[in-house]
Amino acid sequence: MALITGKKCGDEEMGALGLESEVAEARTAFDSGKTKGFEWRKSQLKALLRLLQEKEDDMLKVLKEDLGKHRVEAFRDEVGAVAKSVDNALLNLKKWMAPEKLSLPLAAIPTVAEIVPEPLGVVLVISSWNFPIGLSLEPLIGAIAAGNAAVLKPSELAPATSEFLADAVPKYLDCEAIKVIQGGPQVAEQLLELKWDKIFFTGSARVGRIVMTAAAKHLTPVTLELGGKCPAIFDSLKSSRDKKVAVGRVAGAKWGSCLGQACIGVDYLLVNDEYAPTLIELLKGVIKEFFSNSEHLARIVNKHHFQRLCNILQDELVAASVVHGGSVNAEELFIEPTILLNPPLDKEIMTEEIFGPLLPIITLKKIEDSIEFIRARPKPLVIYAFTHDEKFKRRIVEDTSSGCVIFNDTLIQYVCDTIPFGGVGQSGFGQYHGKFSFDNFSNRKPVGRRSFLIEFSFRYPPWNEKKLQLLRHIYRFDYIGFVLCFLGLKRYSYRS
Amino acid sequence: MGVLGLESVVAEARTVFESGKTRSFEWRKSQLEALLRLLQEKEDEMCKVLKQDLGKHRVEAYRDEVGALKKTLDNALLNLKKWMSPEPVSLPLIAFPTVAEIVSEPLGVVLVFSSWNFPLGIALEPLIGAIASGNAAVLKPSELAPATSALLASEVPKYLDFEAIKVIQGGPQVAEQLLELKWDKIFFTGSARVGRIVMTAAAKHLTPVTLELGGKCPAIFDSLKSARDKKVAVERLAGGKWGSCLGQACIGIDYLLVEEKYAATLVELLKGVIKKFFSNSEHLARIVNKQHFQRLCDLLQDRSVAASIVHGGSVNPEKLFIEPTILLDPPLDAEIMTEEIFGPLLPIITLKKIEDSVEFIRARPKPLVIYGFTNDEKLRKRIVEETSSGCILFNDALIQYVCDTIPFGGVGQSGFGQYHGKFSFDNFSNRKPVARRSFILELSFRYPPWNAKKFQLIRHICRFDYFSFVLCLLGLKRHNYRSSVEVW
Repeated sequence: MALITGKKCGDEEMGALGLESEVAEARTAFDSGKTKGFEWRKSQLKALLRLLQEKEDDMLKVLKEDLGKHRVEAFRDEVGAVAKSVDNALLNLKKWMAPEKLSLPLAAIPTVAEIVPEPLGVVLVISSWNFPIGLSLEPLIGAIAAGNAAVLKPSELAPATSEFLADAVPKYLDCEAIKVIQGGPQVAEQLLELKWDKIFFTGSARVGRIVMTAAAKHLTPVTLELGGKCPAIFDSLKSSRDKKVAVGRVAGAKWGSCLGQACIGVDYLLVNDEYAPTLIELLKGVIKEFFSNSEHLARIVNKHHFQRLCNILQDELVAASVVHGGSVNAEELFIEPTILLNPPLDKEIMTEEIFGPLLPIITLKKIEDSIEFIRARPKPLVIYAFTHDEKFKRRIVEDTSSGCVIFNDTLIQYVCDTIPFGGVGQSGFGQYHGKFSFDNFSNRKPVGRRSFLIEFSFRYPPWNEKKLQLLRHIYRFDYIGFVLCFLGLKRYSYRS
Repeated sequence: MGVLGLESVVAEARTVFESGKTRSFEWRKSQLEALLRLLQEKEDEMCKVLKQDLGKHRVEAYRDEVGALKKTLDNALLNLKKWMSPEPVSLPLIAFPTVAEIVSEPLGVVLVFSSWNFPLGIALEPLIGAIASGNAAVLKPSELAPATSALLASEVPKYLDFEAIKVIQGGPQVAEQLLELKWDKIFFTGSARVGRIVMTAAAKHLTPVTLELGGKCPAIFDSLKSARDKKVAVERLAGGKWGSCLGQACIGIDYLLVEEKYAATLVELLKGVIKKFFSNSEHLARIVNKQHFQRLCDLLQDRSVAASIVHGGSVNPEKLFIEPTILLDPPLDAEIMTEEIFGPLLPIITLKKIEDSVEFIRARPKPLVIYGFTNDEKLRKRIVEETSSGCILFNDALIQYVCDTIPFGGVGQSGFGQYHGKFSFDNFSNRKPVARRSFILELSFRYPPWNAKKFQLIRHICRFDYFSFVLCLLGLKRHNYRSSVEVW
């Protein structure tokens, strides 16, 4: 049963009507124009920063509670990363808000044109449970920086975090313009019935379809940040140091971030037949080095997902392919880092996004076959490739499609504000982070200022051959021909 | 074509795309050049079908469609290499020595639906973008411009790579069948009603869409001092209302807003320009079909609407022609003021003061463009800051359509997504960041096992506090414990 609660600046429980009036209040706040000013946006971002600083302990605590994240992981992936984004937004806000000049062809002289970014209005942000703070606040930063009012619906599957956001955000931010509405699918459905100027969704493809279908009724633009099976191609690396660093990066991306429950985490590995045993030994070593203490690893979010992952391992053939780990702890919702060697490709572990600490290693005759392997599958959010082979790198970039390609590392694209973050195909559409967040929630409106000084009367009827000819010259940017024709010094070239 | 035939046509486009052929610079260039040749060699036929479908004079057809397309193609060919090349991305110091760039790649097989009012232009402009960005494409032209649709279906396969670029003719049924299939992008120009259907269908496959819709595009007419300015402005107004497809244009002027005291002058000036430009009705287009003709006639049937006519109003059902018509303050709740007119009826709404136009516009759905004829900088500022639209143009109309550097698209009810010029290229691209990291520098504090020092290093990095970071790394900075209890 979905729990519908919410906190206004006061403290009220909400039904469908309460929900509508909350959103209506945000609409009123937006229409008043207050969210458009630089001062307001700056003040909100600063307030967010204060929230992140003053409530850091609380945040780390709820992330521990909801997902078992160690405080350092929680800081690295969520609290610290979001603070970094807010800093970046504050630093660049004025620049982002400034109009961008447009160059125009000579024929348009003396026109001046620029792109003026403006907010879309009232936006809806629906976040997922695996990075419940990060995936709620990153989009919110963009929405605020772009001058919108916003309603955030955090995931109910991370209830402590959802509760925290619903409580803290109204205390720090402008509670008339920025709302947090708690609840499950029912509340989400009710919200989706309403009219939004933009919907930003992070989650599964299944729900993404529901969101986009609902948005279509109001012609609301959407961004869908979905998932997918993100592969890591592991080529042979000569230097043992390179190998060590590479394996560390793979391990970090598989288990070190929310125990594999990350949309940009490494889902599975592709490696050469002969290289697989080495890789497995290296991975085992790194697992020992990094993750001996399970307190430094996150937990599976809930029983449902825990069971899902256990079921994946139940399959006989899959279980037979386990070469490391495999033990589960139902009470703690913990599954240890597990490596599987060539589980069957038609099993769920290789047909669905794993979203857990199970790492299939698929071996290939030659590493170049990884390209075909990836192409045969839905486009992922990111492709990781550990290789020094420039030719191979080129093939990966040119012959595969994904939201991103990272060579020789993992996950770092998430924290780089200048790298657009988003999917393609089944992994979604729309990008954000940094200025891309700002643009995502903006209407980039061209403004052209024409003069009455120069008028091209050949634009208008009554029509004649000369006007046609002048138009011809203008369209070919044939200014000389145009002037000659204009002055009557050029014969019309009759085309028929 | 039956459903199966349709599916196999699209499957062929998919196979061709998968082969990689459409990705090369050579292929894209050859296709754009072929399209240019088509426009050059078949110019007469094109002007003919535009005359047949919409009664466009050949010069209007050239100005708005054939010539504009050639201009776009020239621009695409000139810039293709540049558009295709990766864009470097700057990274923070901490990422050193990473190199990153954005690589544009095609989305795959894209579907383009075009509307009937600029059946060539609105079919081929998006196609140019799709081709330039390396996609295979299926174009479904509007069946309401049948002669143009037939011409496209006949000629495009002759000039272009017909395995990769398909034209499929048909009406709503064919459109529905196409929408059932999986596309990598759908580009739709048309009405909001059908836009919803397109987006709903796209949602099943998580297909990104661009919707170029319509709306009531207002023109604000402020008092202009100089007589010449007035003259040029009114001519631009008239051109922006009747000169392009007889008002059946998404960026055409739908209605005017003017101060009460200037209304009479404006009406007189407009009458003069109508006479000057449009005396010969052969130089005006026609209403596309009986249904739309009837729709427009019905708008005028309303008694209080009819009573507000101050010029024109006569209709010719045989020719599907309605003369340039001006109405003064028709009722705001009549359909002529609640729905997009898409015809040669120009309501002039008078206001006490011209600044009220901002409120008037804000109370209505966001249009594709707002035209403001004013030299008042304060009013201009208010228009830009207090209204929202796909575009704002001061002191002219329609020209944004032919400027390749001006992004073209709507907001709110007028749609989303932009195109023209490089925006077309980007519209059909996946802008994929590619980052190349090194193994030389490894920040081991990224990984567990966790301790207070690692925490501190991460803290410093997140604030880009490189100085403290280095000090901390070297053990020269004390850990700032943020709380009294730190449990490791």
